[in-house]
Amino acid sequence: MSLAESWQRAEVGGPKKALLITKSAVVVTMIKKAKRPIFIVGHEAVSETLSDNKALIDYVIQLAKNGKIPVVATAHIVGGFLKRDFEPASSMPAIDIANRLTDNEWKGFDGKGQYDLALLLGLPYYMEWILLNSLKHYAPSLKTISLGKAYQPNASWSFSNLTVENWTKNLGEIIGKLGGE
Amino acid sequence: MSKKDVRLKVKELKTNTGVIKDLELSLGRIVDETWKEPLGPTPFPSVTALREWDMKLLKRYKPFYMPFCDMCCLCTYGKCDLTGDKRGACGINMSAQQSRIVLLACCIGTATHLGHARHMVDHLIEKFGRRHPIDVGGLNVEIEAPVIRLVCGVKPKTLGDLEDILGYLESQLTQLLSATHTGQEGSNLDFESKVLQAGMIDQVSMEVADIAQVSAYGFPKADPEAPLVGLGFGAVDIEKPVILVIGHNVVPSISIIDYLRDNDLADKMEVCGLCCTAHDITRYEKRAKIVGPISWQLRFIRSGVPDLVVVDEQCVRCDVLDEAQKIKAPVIATSEKNCSGLPDRTHDSVDDIIADLVSGKTPGALILDPDKVGEIAARVASQVAPARKRFKTLPEIKELIEKAKECKKCNECIRACPNMMPITEAVTAAGKGDLTKLAELYELCVGCGRCEHACSVGIRIHSFIVKAAEKQMKEEKFLVRSGRGAIQDVEIRNVGSPIVLGEIPGVVAIVGCANFPKGGKEVADITTEFARRRYIVITSGCSAMSAAMYKNDEGKTPYEAFQGAFEAGSIVNVGSCVANSHIAGAAIKIASIFAKRNLRANYEEIADYVYNRVGAVGVAWGAMSQKAAAIASGFWRLGVPVIVGPHGSKYRRMLLGRKEKEEDWCVYDARTGDKVYVGPVPEHLFYAAETKEEAMVMIAKLCMRPNDTTKGRAIKLTHYIDLHKRLYSTMPDDVHLFVRNHNDIPITMKDEIAKILEEKGWKETRIPDPTLLPRLIRKRKEE
Repeated sequence: MSLAESWQRAEVGGPKKALLITKSAVVVTMIKKAKRPIFIVGHEAVSETLSDNKALIDYVIQLAKNGKIPVVATAHIVGGFLKRDFEPASSMPAIDIANRLTDNEWKGFDGKGQYDLALLLGLPYYMEWILLNSLKHYAPSLKTISLGKAYQPNASWSFSNLTVENWTKNLGEIIGKLGGE
Repeated sequence: MSKKDVRLKVKELKTNTGVIKDLELSLGRIVDETWKEPLGPTPFPSVTALREWDMKLLKRYKPFYMPFCDMCCLCTYGKCDLTGDKRGACGINMSAQQSRIVLLACCIGTATHLGHARHMVDHLIEKFGRRHPIDVGGLNVEIEAPVIRLVCGVKPKTLGDLEDILGYLESQLTQLLSATHTGQEGSNLDFESKVLQAGMIDQVSMEVADIAQVSAYGFPKADPEAPLVGLGFGAVDIEKPVILVIGHNVVPSISIIDYLRDNDLADKMEVCGLCCTAHDITRYEKRAKIVGPISWQLRFIRSGVPDLVVVDEQCVRCDVLDEAQKIKAPVIATSEKNCSGLPDRTHDSVDDIIADLVSGKTPGALILDPDKVGEIAARVASQVAPARKRFKTLPEIKELIEKAKECKKCNECIRACPNMMPITEAVTAAGKGDLTKLAELYELCVGCGRCEHACSVGIRIHSFIVKAAEKQMKEEKFLVRSGRGAIQDVEIRNVGSPIVLGEIPGVVAIVGCANFPKGGKEVADITTEFARRRYIVITSGCSAMSAAMYKNDEGKTPYEAFQGAFEAGSIVNVGSCVANSHIAGAAIKIASIFAKRNLRANYEEIADYVYNRVGAVGVAWGAMSQKAAAIASGFWRLGVPVIVGPHGSKYRRMLLGRKEKEEDWCVYDARTGDKVYVGPVPEHLFYAAETKEEAMVMIAKLCMRPNDTTKGRAIKLTHYIDLHKRLYSTMPDDVHLFVRNHNDIPITMKDEIAKILEEKGWKETRIPDPTLLPRLIRKRKEE
């Protein structure tokens, strides 16, 4: 199996496809290099569990804290963050945040300007696929990283299709390196 | 009718054969001079007649494109890569290409309803005559065809009058479709305007189809107490021969029911249906049954229950013939649009066709004469049933477990599943004798069968799921209110004021197909939640069925627990897909009956009224089809926002407002001509929600309108905030945008909201008489 294959078979990518994240260091470097990163987190973050039995949202929070990345909680999951004493930068529908990321004039949640890196995690696969494709075409200055366990061809960077164990390991490494380990 | 080319009036004409008095001939279209309502500005609007209105909407709700494909493959210049800012060989860019595909989809959807309407009207004229009156509600419905009146400016009185309207619709559709050819339209916004035109044409088409069938077949006529009819697998009496009808065009099914009635067989045979034909058979015969939505096709056929499958048109699985053959059930195709590769036996003798179908000499037949279908279907089913003995293709449990052991755990089934259900895990458990995980997938499965085609070892996964849940499936027995058709004038009078003032918090139309992300339960949840909150909830199509499939603590289905009248706290099933026109019709009638606005060919003004005053929202949680796209676009042009489920993002274009941009949310005050900020109401025109919870909060939010009174706005805010707190566990962060003055604040939340307003630097604004149309300003402000 090719590493760069869409997880949902029919959701094939276009001529421009995501580069594979072969090392967690790639993600760490991109986050550190970014001036204005944003982390878009979908509802599966509260329902998915990783191989160490921790909820995905706990990894999200740690990654956001270590990388100092503002979080947008999509769908209805803002309460899941607040319950864990973590305040997202915003609670906003996935469609709305993607729309704003394609607007050069948008000033972001803090009024300081458009974002230059978007990390995505926890959205339904096919919905992330199509939102990433919008960003690929209409937000040329934005780099996107899909942190889900399935290959997303429309991101700038994506993991290949991973087992839960490898996904857990990769997310753990990113969190660790961002935290200075 | 309003358009005419030549008119000839003769007071008295003496000829060799007699005297003719008061002869009036009009060449072109028939003129109805008895209708005193003045003709508005846009009778039979051309493709560009309402472009200005469209651009107003598109300025506020800018298209947000989400390309579903990066290429254009429509001509031999291509494939062209349109990534980023590249253009294709014809010069088209990505935005124009996406909107072009949206237009294509809407043209397909509109053509489907329009083709349906044309067939229905032609058939009914043949049966009942051109002079058969249009009657959708007797004395209870004076405005018999609000959409036709609004769009065309004519008042159809007979089936024959509908023919003229169909001519206009067909001409428009041809123009719209031609715009998608290479080298025609190049602007995405003009494509979008044409999408809205297609949607409007679709609404008229649906209305033509439904008022024709309601009038001629005697379906419930705007009846709030239309009968409760059986729904679900368990509602079908399998002791009788079973005829299954699938599709949307009820004509051949009516013929079957007529034959059974005429031959005293109605109680001896079972007629049941899937998808919208199912709705319409119950509107004709309350003993008929609805099996379920479109996604139940595979499971019901494989269960072996049908002795004969009759397909008409739209949303019929392309492999019905293969599946039916496996259970030894013949198939009769009845529509020119869906011949299924079967031999045309229309002109053969009835006895010959029956003999061939019963003996299995031929697996099916194309019969384009509905009258013949009735007799053949009844006789074939009754002869086939004893021999078939409910032959099914579901595996036995032992066989299932043995086959499940062959699973290679390659996950190809999951990768083929639209909802990525945990199939591997369930099949693995089944291989160990535990079928519970397979059974759990039953309610979530959309029934597409893609998993089976992906399996390299030939595990028939969908059948496994159905088998594991067989007991549950057989117990599915619910009641749904048969489609009532139009809304009565008196109902509109009763609720017009509270809707427009905002005191009924909204009208929520739950419509469309069954491509749900997490099963039909979510539709049932949304339906009952808003009915409990005393919104007016309207249902139609497959969603109307899914909403019925869950019972409350007292064992009652939603249609038993809530009234069917168009009033607060009701659940109103209008009927099949084409009955969606009655939802638009109700909104239009509020403007006409309650507000006394002229509706005749006055589209822009009425849409402006609906947009600014009628807090209606469409929800198509499982929308999958091109028809659903067309239906939605008809609502957008009328100013009614539509929410789809996450799969709806694949429609590749949303129409999104930006609530923080104050300049986008100004209207004219029709009293003074002032431009007034009214807040982002409604915030979006077309929007895909990720979860049911998100959708529910958005429904409440999108019901707000600039015209809400303070009391009405306070009620709407109460629901919005309450749902947000319950489902998001927080106060919404945009509540300040919806408070215009302190009286808008829900009384129980005064302190909490006052604090937010202070933090946000909120300023009071006034409530105008809102309009987007400068021509409706009654008194211009002095320069």
